[in-house]
Amino acid sequence: MTDRSAAARFEITDEQRQIAALAREFAQKEIAPHIAAWDREHYFPRSLYTKMDAIGLMGVLVDERYGGVGAGYGAYALAVEELARVDAGSAVTLSVHAMIGAAIAKLGNELQRQEWLPRLSGGDTIAGFALTESDAGSDAGGIRSTATRRGDGFVLRGRKQWCTNGTHAGVVMAMFRTGGVGPKGVSAFLVDPKTPGVSVERETEKLGIRTSNTCDLAFDDVYVGPEALLGGEGEGFGGAMTALQGGRIGIAAQAVGILAACLDASVKFAQERMAFGKPIGAYEGVSFKIARMATDLEAARLLVYRAAALADAGTPSPTLASQAKFFASTAARTHASEALQIHGGYGFTTEFPVERYYRDAKITEIYEGTSEIQQIIIARSFLGRL
Amino acid sequence: MKIVVTVKLVPDPNGEKKLDPATKRLVRTGVETVINPYDEYALEAALQLKERIGGDSTVTVFCMSPESLKESLRKALAMGADGAVMLSDSSLEGSDVWASAHAMSLALKRIGFDILIVGGLTDDGSTGAVPGALAEFLGVPCLTNVRKIEIADGKVRVERETDGGYQEVTGSLPMLVTTALTIGEPRYPSLKGIMGAKKKPIDMLSVADIGAADTVGSAGSKTELLSFAPPPARGAGQIVTPEDPAAGAAAILAFLKDKKLV
Repeated sequence: MTDRSAAARFEITDEQRQIAALAREFAQKEIAPHIAAWDREHYFPRSLYTKMDAIGLMGVLVDERYGGVGAGYGAYALAVEELARVDAGSAVTLSVHAMIGAAIAKLGNELQRQEWLPRLSGGDTIAGFALTESDAGSDAGGIRSTATRRGDGFVLRGRKQWCTNGTHAGVVMAMFRTGGVGPKGVSAFLVDPKTPGVSVERETEKLGIRTSNTCDLAFDDVYVGPEALLGGEGEGFGGAMTALQGGRIGIAAQAVGILAACLDASVKFAQERMAFGKPIGAYEGVSFKIARMATDLEAARLLVYRAAALADAGTPSPTLASQAKFFASTAARTHASEALQIHGGYGFTTEFPVERYYRDAKITEIYEGTSEIQQIIIARSFLGRL
Repeated sequence: MKIVVTVKLVPDPNGEKKLDPATKRLVRTGVETVINPYDEYALEAALQLKERIGGDSTVTVFCMSPESLKESLRKALAMGADGAVMLSDSSLEGSDVWASAHAMSLALKRIGFDILIVGGLTDDGSTGAVPGALAEFLGVPCLTNVRKIEIADGKVRVERETDGGYQEVTGSLPMLVTTALTIGEPRYPSLKGIMGAKKKPIDMLSVADIGAADTVGSAGSKTELLSFAPPPARGAGQIVTPEDPAAGAAAILAFLKDKKLV
């Protein structure tokens, strides 16, 4: 159950507002002029993240002790939202990168934090995530890749697919089986992709979020030392799930950004496009779509900001994070379709950005826990495991 | 070296601008307020100058604006300014160029400066007349449209943009410099800067503090805006439907020749 008293007090601070304004300005200047071409060419703008790191956005969640700013989940959500309003792809690059930093801060020992966090915040190193396998997605406890003991360390074997940021990552958080079947046999590792035996097998071509890098990573007898183990042996599934809870706020914020972009584009088009002697926004067939879009946007924002505020207050609510992601992603997908409908034939062309929003929105219902998984989490928090 | 930058807070240039027919003033409510983009270049010049000079140089931002817009000024502090001074007073409302520059000069005399860096133009009023008036009231030399500033041995050496190239000019401190956009792209504030900006001071001054009571606002102004009108609507244009592309090109060429554009 969510905590009403804590939730009632949340507000957006001046600093959070300024971080949002910075992310908006950055996205407008650095991404907006290029996004149509980047999307068309499946281009990963590597140098964009060097710039983002220089102003501190990549370290938004990292504590000051490790070179970050410790601005918290509220600032993180606002930054991801503002990026997604221009490009959902770079928003997820940041979201996943920050999520892994948070996982290292939470699960890692002091040496691991000192090793990796300064690199992820000001060291121009991108973090990647490797969990999914060909036969294990939502069923993350069913992964087959193995880590077997050799001396003090481990030998990693297996194939990971849909690794976000994989090709460009300086460190990958990857899950391998160290024990028996099921979630309790899974451990998490921090692997430098330059370690012998790690290779990018192929990059995934996708319907949307094309500026985000997604790849298959092969681990062929990769030896890693004991310092690669993140958290205890058998704690990897729990670790991954913890990371994903924070990540869900990021993906929910990404969906909010896409939704906001849909509203911006739809309002502009409905005011300018004339039909039968009037702007099309004068017709209820169009204006009511915009009314619903704006209302769902506001509701989704409140859920996301509230989930973020609870995380910042030290009382994170997995249920609320799931509700935020479930609601925001459904709204983004639904209204991206409506935004395209408002644009009519123009919306179907690449001359207008709404076809990109339509393609980008769908993934938010799938990754970092599908909408079905979110509903299981939400339902269980009310019903328990029946 | 005390570097002072003047900053104006203006309605977001990306938003739609509206004039209130009753007051004949720009509508400043219901729109985001941002730092005048030209002033961000002036601030960038100041921050670069401070970085080059080093030592105990400081950058202070000066802003004449309603106190309610104080938070919009934090961006300047997040970008790296050391502190800010705001001249805020409801009696300042409606000040024309003369009254604004006069009030600003009194405040700037109080603040003191070695070099005053001013953006060349504001995005809202766009008179471009304040820097010159300010230099006059302050009794300091004014070098305009500057793309590069160097200071050594108490002498200022600048490059001024001209239509055909640039001039090198030297002068002595204290001095007022206005910046050209070629001075360098304004930096982004950093997250560290944003988190630290709250701890930096924004000192407040009132009209009483600077002793300008009779010379401010509409009453203290020397000019009065009588009326305004939107630019005339564009004509319908001329549509040519040629037989083939060559005929179309010929028609366009004839049109341009007729207008003496080619």
